[in-house]
Amino acid sequence: MIREPLIFEISAKGKRAFGLPKLDVPEDEALIKDFPLRDEIRGFPEVSEIEVVRHFTRLSQTNYCIDTTFYPLGSCTMKYNPKVNEKVAALESFLLSHPYAPEELVQGNLEILKTMEDFLVEITGMDAFTLQPSAGAQGELVGMMIIRACLEQRGNPRQIVLIPDSAHGTNPSSAHTCGYRVEEIKSNEKGTIDLTSLDRAMTEKVAALMITNPNTLGVFESDILKIAEIVHARGGLLYMDGANLNALVGRFRPGDMGIDVIHLNLHKTFSTPHGGGGPGAGPVGVKKELSAHLPIPVVVKSETGYALNLDLPRTIGRVRSFYGNFLVIVKALAYILSLGPEGLKEIAEISVLNSNYIRKSLEGIYHLKYDAPTLHECVFSDKYQKEHGVQNIDIAKRLIDFGLHPPTMSFPLVVHGALMIEPTETESKRDLDIFIGAMKKIAQEAAETPAVVKTAPHASYVRRLDETSAARNPILRWEGEI
Amino acid sequence: MSYISLSDKEKKEMMAALGIGSLDELFSCLPAGVQLKRGLEIPPALTEPELIARFEKVGRKNTASGLLSFLGAGAYRHVIPYVVDYLSSRGEFVSPYTPYQPEVSQGTLQVIFEYQTLICQLTGMDISNASLYDGASAAAEAVLMAYRVRGKPKVLVARSLHPQYREVIRTYIKNLGIQAEEVAFTESGEVDLKDLTRKIDAETSAVICQSPNFMGVIEDLDEIGALVHERQALFVVAIAEPASLGLLKPPGACGADIVTGEGQSFGLPLSFGGPYLGFMACRKDFLRQFPGRIAGQTRDIDGKKGFVLTLSTREQHIRREKATSNICTNQAWCALRATIFLETLGPTGLRELAYQNVQKANYALARLSGLKGVRKKFSGPIFNEFVCEFDAGWERVDEHLRSKGILGGLSLGSLYPELKDCVLFCVTEVHTREDIDRLASSVAEVLP
Repeated sequence: MIREPLIFEISAKGKRAFGLPKLDVPEDEALIKDFPLRDEIRGFPEVSEIEVVRHFTRLSQTNYCIDTTFYPLGSCTMKYNPKVNEKVAALESFLLSHPYAPEELVQGNLEILKTMEDFLVEITGMDAFTLQPSAGAQGELVGMMIIRACLEQRGNPRQIVLIPDSAHGTNPSSAHTCGYRVEEIKSNEKGTIDLTSLDRAMTEKVAALMITNPNTLGVFESDILKIAEIVHARGGLLYMDGANLNALVGRFRPGDMGIDVIHLNLHKTFSTPHGGGGPGAGPVGVKKELSAHLPIPVVVKSETGYALNLDLPRTIGRVRSFYGNFLVIVKALAYILSLGPEGLKEIAEISVLNSNYIRKSLEGIYHLKYDAPTLHECVFSDKYQKEHGVQNIDIAKRLIDFGLHPPTMSFPLVVHGALMIEPTETESKRDLDIFIGAMKKIAQEAAETPAVVKTAPHASYVRRLDETSAARNPILRWEGEI
Repeated sequence: MSYISLSDKEKKEMMAALGIGSLDELFSCLPAGVQLKRGLEIPPALTEPELIARFEKVGRKNTASGLLSFLGAGAYRHVIPYVVDYLSSRGEFVSPYTPYQPEVSQGTLQVIFEYQTLICQLTGMDISNASLYDGASAAAEAVLMAYRVRGKPKVLVARSLHPQYREVIRTYIKNLGIQAEEVAFTESGEVDLKDLTRKIDAETSAVICQSPNFMGVIEDLDEIGALVHERQALFVVAIAEPASLGLLKPPGACGADIVTGEGQSFGLPLSFGGPYLGFMACRKDFLRQFPGRIAGQTRDIDGKKGFVLTLSTREQHIRREKATSNICTNQAWCALRATIFLETLGPTGLRELAYQNVQKANYALARLSGLKGVRKKFSGPIFNEFVCEFDAGWERVDEHLRSKGILGGLSLGSLYPELKDCVLFCVTEVHTREDIDRLASSVAEVLP
């Protein structure tokens, strides 16, 4: 395929793709006389409308996406994004709502926020939610700030946060951004938290344990009640990264099992589209004791209607402008309403069925480091293929030639050469079988014709890209022909 | 509605392959004691027509959406060329993940690369990241970044910086031993240089101010920047209304070290405050301390040009607690809309848009401040927002405007106690002369 040029490369002076209505107020040229004015914007593109349309249409065609391709990216929950949710989120009554409009004139928006909070409370068993955080990582940060505020209220914020070695990288980073030192807890031979190590590490200096359940291996932390007991007995709090809630909806409520703070990813479990990397939403749920520290504003319902409460004396403060990624929340609410209680429970059941079907079909062909039962995802490694010099990256890139998106690679860190597969509940058996077939074929190629795998992809828009030189000699913007 | 793709027969085949008789067996790894014994108390499933009807109904409770509005204050209504909606709603842009596999994500990556270039061109800076959440959290990230670079415990924050940005900065720095102090504004509405001189010292990591500022006044960034650099602090400029960059001298040409802001004006609807688009650009010397994803250009094994996410050794998935920020994904789809918006408008379109904002806002200011009992509050030059003081108070005027289907400006008393009876108005290219005249004559009707 011919490379689509950068828009700057096809720009030509004087071309236009848009016109504004003529200025209809009396013009006063002197107004800008004393302004610090800019010179011409050097290099800014000038193109016609058809050039814009072709440029972005062609670029879009180089992406693999859910709408075209099986996309088993582990820990990302790449499920189908229902189109009707886009339609309801594009209603003018939402798009034209100004965030500073008086509360009594945006009652519909406030009702949506409150309804969503109530649903998330019911789904998770927590006592209160904030919908403010813009993404999972911001949810973690907000959650840790709430924990810190709660412990300060109790008298001592403490210094350390415990995090299992299988956790997402955002966990330690969020804890650190909240002023905590991070200590790692080693996984046991089942891939779960080792109670003895936890018992030893859980001192009076520890503010919280951050767990992911099911963890990034797809394994349920079945000692959850004992874990909560140990953490709480020493005055700590238990944080749950809810990135993998898809496996548990309708079957397990973290709030019933000793979790004090949780963040969810609406763009994972609740199907709002990922948009190529955002916008998402990372609501945070807390138990009663911590609700006084939620970020402002908080939506409240009274007899006269909905209102925004800014007066929360022990709040951690504001964490972003306005009220979170509102349209993302609208889409997630639409998803919950269209599934209902049975549909929500079915998410967990079928995502776990699909994942186990893949696991069963590939076991023995790809190495499985941990043999504990898994839920919504499974993590294989390249151990067998490495004997032929083929690594996980080669397998991933070869999948592209089969028209499939690769799984998550090299994560979690506890599995060397990891291939983390999460099919989600929306895939058909046919698509699962195509993926399984491709994985088997690649294993065979790795043994028989490893060069084919190691030089993959062969059929993509670009072939394997040199990431090392990209980092060594960074070119981060167009600056004329380089 | 169900989005499952398995037939009952297929389900049974898969269960047989797994050797299980019921789906419950898949969850036997959950101890019985922790499993939920009842159904969720969520309303029964809706079909598509029911769902649409339900949201249309709740949407009708947003009576503000149909009014003629002069609200701005960090969220602006601008034209959005139809191609922005058309192109950005393609499934290939809406439904992929972060471009971790560059060979099948060149569309997303090249868009980010173009976006980074446009942000650099507009702000006059060397490098841009792939975007952050919104203007407020981006301002907080900029302050944290300045602190990493300089390591001094104090930051000075202009009081004319958006109140929500100031609040978010306070939330972010609270647990990190950084102190924020406010710098006053003068009667012209500009940063008080005397106050700044008094407060800036050897312990100051950064000074952050906004232009046009929250009162709509365009700052003299050259002057502030010179003062900040005299004391070896970093100069951080926040731009809440980036449409102004179509006309105004870019912060990079005024000595800014970090430029951050809210990109909502570029093709994103008001949407009750989100999703929006935080942008950030800086001088290349600070690359290693820069937060967020960055796309870079490289070549494939055949020598063909391509793009990848790069410099990830700054990031959480590699560096964990030592990362420059905990941020993971950006607002890629919002950045896509901004990219299409800017490339469609081009330099001429963007300049014209900015110019019309200045003309129309000043026309509105002249109309309002020409009324008896209404005064222009600040003397500094304005872009598309301005503050008027109402001698007899705002409440009655506001009530009257609403009865006529108009949302006047934002009353500033609760945000700035010193600005009681002051109102912030925003006028952009979407307002016609008739709209502005209607505002002015409606205000006149209730004045004594």
